[in-house]
Amino acid sequence: MNVNYLFSLVAVLLLFALAYLGVKVPGGQLLFGIIIPYVAFIAFLAGFFNRVMGWGRSAVPFRIPTTCGQQMSLPWIKQNKIDNPTTTWGVIARMFFEIVTFRSLFRNTRAAKKDGDRLQYKLEIFLWIGALAFHYTFLTVLIRHLRFFTEPVPGFVQMIERVDAFFQFGLPVVYLSGIVLLAAVLYLFLRRIFIPNVKYISLASDYFPLFLIGGIALTGIMMRYFTKVDITAAKELTMGLVTFHPTIPEGVGSIFYVHLFFVSVLLAYFPFSKLMHLGGVFLSPTRNLPTDTRARRHVNPWNYPVKVHTYEAYEDEFREKMIEAGLPVDKQPEPQAPEEKE
Amino acid sequence: MSDLPKSDEYFSQIDHKPPKLTGWMDTPINIRKGMYCYASNPKSVETLGLPYARPWNPLEDDWQLPENWQQIIHEGLKERLERFRSFKIFMDICVRCGACADKCHFFLGTGDPKNMPVLRAELLRSVYRNDFTAAGKILAKAGFGKQIGARPMTLDVLKEWWYYFFQCTECRRCSVFCPYGIDTAEITIIGRELLNLLGLNIDWIATPVANCYRTGNHLGIQPHAFKDMLEFFVDDIEEITGVRVDPQFNKKGADILFITPSGDVFADPGTYTCMGYMILFHFLKEKYGFDVTWSTYASEGGNFGFFTSHETMKRLNAKMYLEAKRLGVKWILGGECGHMWRVINQYMDTMNGPADFLEEPVSPITGTKFENAKSTKMVHIAEFTADLIKHGKLDLDVRRNDHLKVTFHDSCNPARGMGLLDEPRYVIKNVCNHFYEMPANTIREQTFCCGSGAGLNAGEDMELRMAGGLPRANAVKHVHKKHGVNMLACVCAIDRAVLPALMEYWVPEVDVTGLHELVANALILPGENDRETDLRGEPLPGTEDDTNE
Repeated sequence: MNVNYLFSLVAVLLLFALAYLGVKVPGGQLLFGIIIPYVAFIAFLAGFFNRVMGWGRSAVPFRIPTTCGQQMSLPWIKQNKIDNPTTTWGVIARMFFEIVTFRSLFRNTRAAKKDGDRLQYKLEIFLWIGALAFHYTFLTVLIRHLRFFTEPVPGFVQMIERVDAFFQFGLPVVYLSGIVLLAAVLYLFLRRIFIPNVKYISLASDYFPLFLIGGIALTGIMMRYFTKVDITAAKELTMGLVTFHPTIPEGVGSIFYVHLFFVSVLLAYFPFSKLMHLGGVFLSPTRNLPTDTRARRHVNPWNYPVKVHTYEAYEDEFREKMIEAGLPVDKQPEPQAPEEKE
Repeated sequence: MSDLPKSDEYFSQIDHKPPKLTGWMDTPINIRKGMYCYASNPKSVETLGLPYARPWNPLEDDWQLPENWQQIIHEGLKERLERFRSFKIFMDICVRCGACADKCHFFLGTGDPKNMPVLRAELLRSVYRNDFTAAGKILAKAGFGKQIGARPMTLDVLKEWWYYFFQCTECRRCSVFCPYGIDTAEITIIGRELLNLLGLNIDWIATPVANCYRTGNHLGIQPHAFKDMLEFFVDDIEEITGVRVDPQFNKKGADILFITPSGDVFADPGTYTCMGYMILFHFLKEKYGFDVTWSTYASEGGNFGFFTSHETMKRLNAKMYLEAKRLGVKWILGGECGHMWRVINQYMDTMNGPADFLEEPVSPITGTKFENAKSTKMVHIAEFTADLIKHGKLDLDVRRNDHLKVTFHDSCNPARGMGLLDEPRYVIKNVCNHFYEMPANTIREQTFCCGSGAGLNAGEDMELRMAGGLPRANAVKHVHKKHGVNMLACVCAIDRAVLPALMEYWVPEVDVTGLHELVANALILPGENDRETDLRGEPLPGTEDDTNE
C-alpha cells in the first residue's frame, strides 16, 4: 500500500502539535516566536545559496536545448524565435513565458486508448490551471504578508490587497487568494491520490510540502476569520523580527505560533527538497540556452583529447584493397622487391 | 516477429494503469525475452579499449561484475554531477508532477510504469538521493529512505538501470512537456555511460561502435566493398534512367565532402535514398559542375558512440573533420540521419572543432550562405535541396510521384534537437502532389519515436520495438485510413531501417522512403530515357499500360 501520504500527513500533524503545545511551556514562545524563525530563515538563505552555487559549479559542457519549433535556417523559412531561439532576447522570451506562464506545462496532453485501435491525445489543462492557481495565489499571499513586515505599508501591497478583496464579502473582508490557494493545494493533492500513475510516482516528499502549505493556509485563514488573532500584537512580533529587536508581545494565540512554525519549517525544508525547482527552473540547460550551436562555437571547459582511429592507421590496414579497388591512397606501398631484377 | 500476437490483440492488452499493490521500489526486476538486446560482444568492447570486456548474460544472476563495482558507479556518478549541470539539476528539481508520464512511446506501448520518464529517471535519482543529498543520507539512515525515494545501489538496482536505460530511445519527447525542461535522454545517456564503466552495454551498440571505429561505418564495410556497393547502385540507376552516374571517392580537392549514414548503403529502403543522393549529385555535376566526394574513411554519419558515452561519441565524430581536412574540401554536406544531426548540431563543434580549415558554407549553385551552419561548416541535405528547389535549380516531373500518398515522420533528433521541420516538408511538397500531415500531437516537436532508435534496432527485442513504435504507427494508421496514405517519408536512416518492420506489423499497407528517393524520382536527368519505373522498379503512373503490352 502507498503509505507515503499518510506518512506526510502524520508528520505535519506532529509539527502542529509540537508548536501548539510547545508555546504553552515556559520559554516556548521565545523558541517558536524568535529562535526558530531566525534559524529557519538563515537555513533557507544559506541552503538556497549553497544549492544554486552547487549547480553553478557544475559545468555546462554542451548546449542541449530542446527545440520546440522551426530552426533558423534559410531566409524564407520562418523561424520560431521563442521556442527555437538563436538570440539572447529569444532565450529571455522563452524563459519568461516558461517561468511566468508555465508554457511547457500548457502543452500537456492526455493519452487514451479509443475505439479498439486508436490512441488519442487530448489537451489536458487542469494541471496547468492548478499549478498556475497555486503559484500565483501563493505569491499574492506572500506579498500581502509584507503588511506585517513593513511600516508604513508600501502602496503596491495595499493595491494587491484591494484586488485580492475585490468581491468585498464577509467581515473581515475575504481574500480570494487564501481560498484559491487552499483549493489548489487540495486539487494537487487529490490528483496525486486519484490519478493512478501520479499516485504511483508520488513520494512522501511530494505530499509533505502540500500538507505543510495547506496547513499554513488553513492556520492563516483560521486566524483571520475564526479565532481572530490580535493583529496588532502579531505585527509587533513580526516587526520585531525584521528590525532585529525581537519581542514576544502578550496575547498572540497559539494558532499564530503554529502558523509561524509551519512557515519556518517550510523555509528550512525548502533548500533540501524538490521545492528548489524555484531556483532550478532558471538554470535548466534545455531551456535557457540559445540554439545556435551550428552557427557559433561553444567551448567545453573539460574537453580533453581522445584516442581516434586516424586515416593513416585506416589506410595502413586497407591499403592493398584500396589500390586494387582503384581508390586513391596517400602512401604508395613499398616498391616490390628490387631483388627480383637481380 | 512471429512470436508476437496479432497487432490488434497486442493493442487491446495494453494497460496503462500501474499495479495497485506494490510500489515501484518493491516491484522486482523481470528481464523478459523480446524486451532486451543481447549483451555486448567482448571482442567489440575490447576493440575500443572500453573497460571490463567479458562474456556475460543478462538472464543469468551473475553479471561477472568487477568486485568494486559499487564504488565505480559511485565515483562515476560523482564525476558526472560535476561535469554536467544538466544532470545535477535534473536530479534535484523534478517535482513528479507526472506531465511526462504518458508522453513516452515506450510507456504508451507497454504500459510498464517504469517506462514513464519520471520513473525511469527516479531509478537513478533514488541512488543519487541516497548517496549525494543531505536529506537522503539522514532519512535513509533513519529508515525512511523509501518514503523519500532513496535507496542504496544494489545488484537489482543495477539490473533495473540496464534494462530500462536500454528501453529508452533518448528521443526527448518528455522534455518538451516538462515544465523545467528535464530531459530524460540526458539522464539515460549518463546512465548508459555509468553502465559502460562496468562493461555493460548491448551488442547492437557495442559492435557497430567498434565497426565505426575501425572501418568507418557501423556495418564494418571495408573501403573496396563500400565503393562496390555504390557501384551496384550505379548499374541500377543506369537501368532505370539510362544515365550512368559517376560517384567520386576520397577525392582530394573536391569542393564538398558528403557524409551519410551507412545504413543507406546497405539495406532497403535506405538504398533508394542513397541512389537518390547519387542521382541528385550527378544532376548537379552535369548542370552546374557540383564537385562532391564520398569518403570511405568517414563513411558513417550515424554516431553509435552517442549511445555509449560522450567520449566514445567524440572519438567517432572526430573522423568527419579529420577527413574534411585531409581532403581539403570547402565544407561538408550531411545526409538524412536522425541522431547524426543531434551530434553534429549540439556536440561536434564543441568536441572536435573549431573547423577553421573549412569555409563558411555557401551553395555553389544558388549562392545561398548557410548562416546557421557558419561554425560547424556542415549543411543538412534537406536545407541544401530546399534551397535548390526554391531557386528553381532542379528540373522536376512531380507526376512521377503521383502513385504515392505521402506523410512525413519527423525524426526525433532533428525535430527536437535542432528544429529541422519545414525544410523537408518544403521538399516533399515540391516533389509530390499528395502530401498529408499526421495529427498535430504526433508531428513536429511532438513527434513520436520509431521505437528503435538509440541502438535498440536489434532483432531480439522485436516486442519492445513494436510496442515502442505503436504511437508512431497509430498516427500513420490514422492518415492511412483517412487519406489512403501509402508512403511514410522520413529523414533518418534508422527510421528507414526499422519503420518497414513497424509498418508491416501495425499498418501493412504503408511503405517507407527517404526524402531524396522522392526527389530523385521526380528529378529529370539530362539525357535520360523516358522512365518507366520509379527507383524501386515499380511502374510509374500512366506507364502501366505500355508495360503491359
